[in-house]
Amino acid sequence: MIVEIGHYTLILACCLSFIQGTIPLYGALNNKGRLMAVSAPAAYGQLFFAILSFAALMYAFVVSDFSVANVARNSHTLKPMLYKISAVWGNHEGSILFWALILSIYGAMVAYFGRNLPKTLHVKVLAIQALVGLGFYLFLLLTSNPFERVYPFPMEGNGLNPLLQDPGLAFHPPLLYMGYVGLSVTFSFAVGALIEGRVDAAWARWVRPWTLLAWCFLTAGITLGSWWAYYELGWGGWWFWDPVENASLMPWLAATALLHSAIVVEKRDTLKSWTVLLAIIAFSFSLLGTFIVRSGVLTSVHAFATDPERGVFILMFLFLVIGGSLLLFALRADKLQPGGLFAPISRESMLVINNLLLSVAAVVVLFGTLYPLLRDAFTGDKITVGPPFFNIAFGFLMIPLLLVMGVGPSVNWKRADLKGLASRLSFVFLTSLAATICFFIISGGGDIMAAVWLGLGLWLALSTLFEWAERIKIFKSGAIKRMSRQPRASLGMSFGHLGLAVAVIGMAGSSFWSTEYQNVMAYGDKAKIGGYELEFIDTDGVTGPNYTAVKASFDVSKEGIFIDTLEPEARVYLTPPMPTTEAAILSTFSGDLFVVIGEANSEGYDRWAVRLYYKPLQIWIWSGVIIMVIGGLISLSDRRFRTGAPKGGKK
Amino acid sequence: MRYILSLFVLMTLSFSALAVGVDEVRLADPAEEARAQGLMKQLRCLVCQNQSIVDSDAALAKDLRIIVRERITAGDNDEQALSFMTSRYGDWVLLKPPFDGGTIILWLSPLLLLIVGFYIVYRSQKGRQTKLIVEPLSAKEQSRVNELLKEGNGD
Repeated sequence: MIVEIGHYTLILACCLSFIQGTIPLYGALNNKGRLMAVSAPAAYGQLFFAILSFAALMYAFVVSDFSVANVARNSHTLKPMLYKISAVWGNHEGSILFWALILSIYGAMVAYFGRNLPKTLHVKVLAIQALVGLGFYLFLLLTSNPFERVYPFPMEGNGLNPLLQDPGLAFHPPLLYMGYVGLSVTFSFAVGALIEGRVDAAWARWVRPWTLLAWCFLTAGITLGSWWAYYELGWGGWWFWDPVENASLMPWLAATALLHSAIVVEKRDTLKSWTVLLAIIAFSFSLLGTFIVRSGVLTSVHAFATDPERGVFILMFLFLVIGGSLLLFALRADKLQPGGLFAPISRESMLVINNLLLSVAAVVVLFGTLYPLLRDAFTGDKITVGPPFFNIAFGFLMIPLLLVMGVGPSVNWKRADLKGLASRLSFVFLTSLAATICFFIISGGGDIMAAVWLGLGLWLALSTLFEWAERIKIFKSGAIKRMSRQPRASLGMSFGHLGLAVAVIGMAGSSFWSTEYQNVMAYGDKAKIGGYELEFIDTDGVTGPNYTAVKASFDVSKEGIFIDTLEPEARVYLTPPMPTTEAAILSTFSGDLFVVIGEANSEGYDRWAVRLYYKPLQIWIWSGVIIMVIGGLISLSDRRFRTGAPKGGKK
Repeated sequence: MRYILSLFVLMTLSFSALAVGVDEVRLADPAEEARAQGLMKQLRCLVCQNQSIVDSDAALAKDLRIIVRERITAGDNDEQALSFMTSRYGDWVLLKPPFDGGTIILWLSPLLLLIVGFYIVYRSQKGRQTKLIVEPLSAKEQSRVNELLKEGNGD
């Protein structure tokens, strides 16, 4: 019964989104106040029904109601409760319902926090939001009904992919989706503004907090996924340029660009049409990400629920949303008169370069991801575009980006004095250069690119700190007062840039100086890696709630002093029967020791395949990202965004 | 369903403990084994997604590892070993696409896109740049500026 209510409320939410997307829009275009008044209540109602629907599905998972096809396919009675719940969004139907739910949450937030927007813009934004939602509801009802029953129903479910049974991955999709779908708000604002024919500083001030919110979620979500891949897949890597990772990186790059170009619109009233276009592109990448993950067009290790038939619907939907909004853009963009002018050396120019590099990076990632597919379709040749390509192509674009990032915040708006700029920053530049060279020589040479990346990270960190110190005039009296009076948005920028610097240093360390040891070990064998000595003590059988495992123990010591015992596991899950590895990781400030245990020899079980990694500065990557997200949140709390703008910080 | 099944099979193949198994024969010379491992990292496990043959424990990946070691033992240098693999399995086996007529667009795409982007920016700014002349402020504007500056400082 509850499941049927879920299905019914899903239909109601669908109907309400249709109403919200049409009647108030008609009212706004014909200036009929009564029709426009339907907008916000419809958004709240839609949220209400979407919550009920999602709760019904969650209920079915919690009580393991296997008469629901989706539950039978993806759950199991023995699964811990956390994974019964995370299984709700760990499958195709549930994740799309989850997407629609988040879309309606954002819709209701816009309805509530946007009450003092110009009425017609408010209504239009909500209408676009609802029309996107309508697409998702129809997709659910027509092709992927999560509430479908089976008869006769099975007594036990198939279980969830064991790799997904992990706390990191339980929370990765919600964060990522909050980010993906958050970009729908900026999209709706962009399309709404195109219909209105007006983009101004006030519009940009509206859009920025929503972009920031989406960006924070995206950053956190991507990193959580990356962290999961790092400790769960057991290859010691944290980014594989897998199509699904790329699908989340593209909207992130576009959102980052949007974040910066919206500043130009707000401060200088220029780059307007570009910013609107970017908002459309960012959300298009989000939709494309869903398409890539869900249609199975690129079968990948991440795309657990793939089904090409549904791809046709998504493709049509994509065509309508992206094609339609781009068409509207083409028709209306000329209405957006460019405002403030700027010289080649100016803050605006720096931000244009930022936008150019980030957008090109996003397109290159897209191109590289789709290239094998395109080539296969046109010529029949099969080639692989693997991590080496992306590392080279992406790196090529990130080097100038990091260089400009160090300079950008110190450049004046409109027109800057190049000589003054050079003399102010040359000290920082030379310091980071000298430090890099020293380090390179001390570390005994090696890959020149390692030094380049380390140097870039250092340069970004120092220049960011330098700009902050200069801004608060740190050596003059009253610096503390000035420090506390800094607008939160600028403080957030400093944090964001500094976080990236820390992450880049971590990436350089982990990518270029990591060492690896791979061998067969018997009990009592010793190995040395990254300054640690490990002794393989023994193995033990362990039984979990829905798996059995072999747990190995390694005593770790450094210079003869015992530090810790690491216990990696090799698990075999019962349903579905599948082996996974649980790496044991010893994280320190200077690097991670990563231990994976593999199979034993078939006779005797006294020799085991063991893989050890030492990943220098690995923890810097995660810390850097946390600093970036904190920066985003600080920015979000800026007072300016709250005057007549959404509070944002909610949830 | 067929897809889910095949995907499942793929995953069972591709994720498991460790690629290089216990019973696998390694090359006696550690330097040669290191070279072999380096080559393996550049080769794709053909039945997996986005995994090198070092990272995969699929049966095919194991066969490929054996072939790589055989090539090294036979005295191939890195280039010869890789070209032996591509002659057998095509360019698909290389994780890094070769730079040739078919991939030149791919490899040059970052540069080309940047040039096009800069050109568009240049064109759109060129027409407007001439207007960037700083006109002196009128007396009224100047007093307004002073007023605002005063407001900003004296809170």
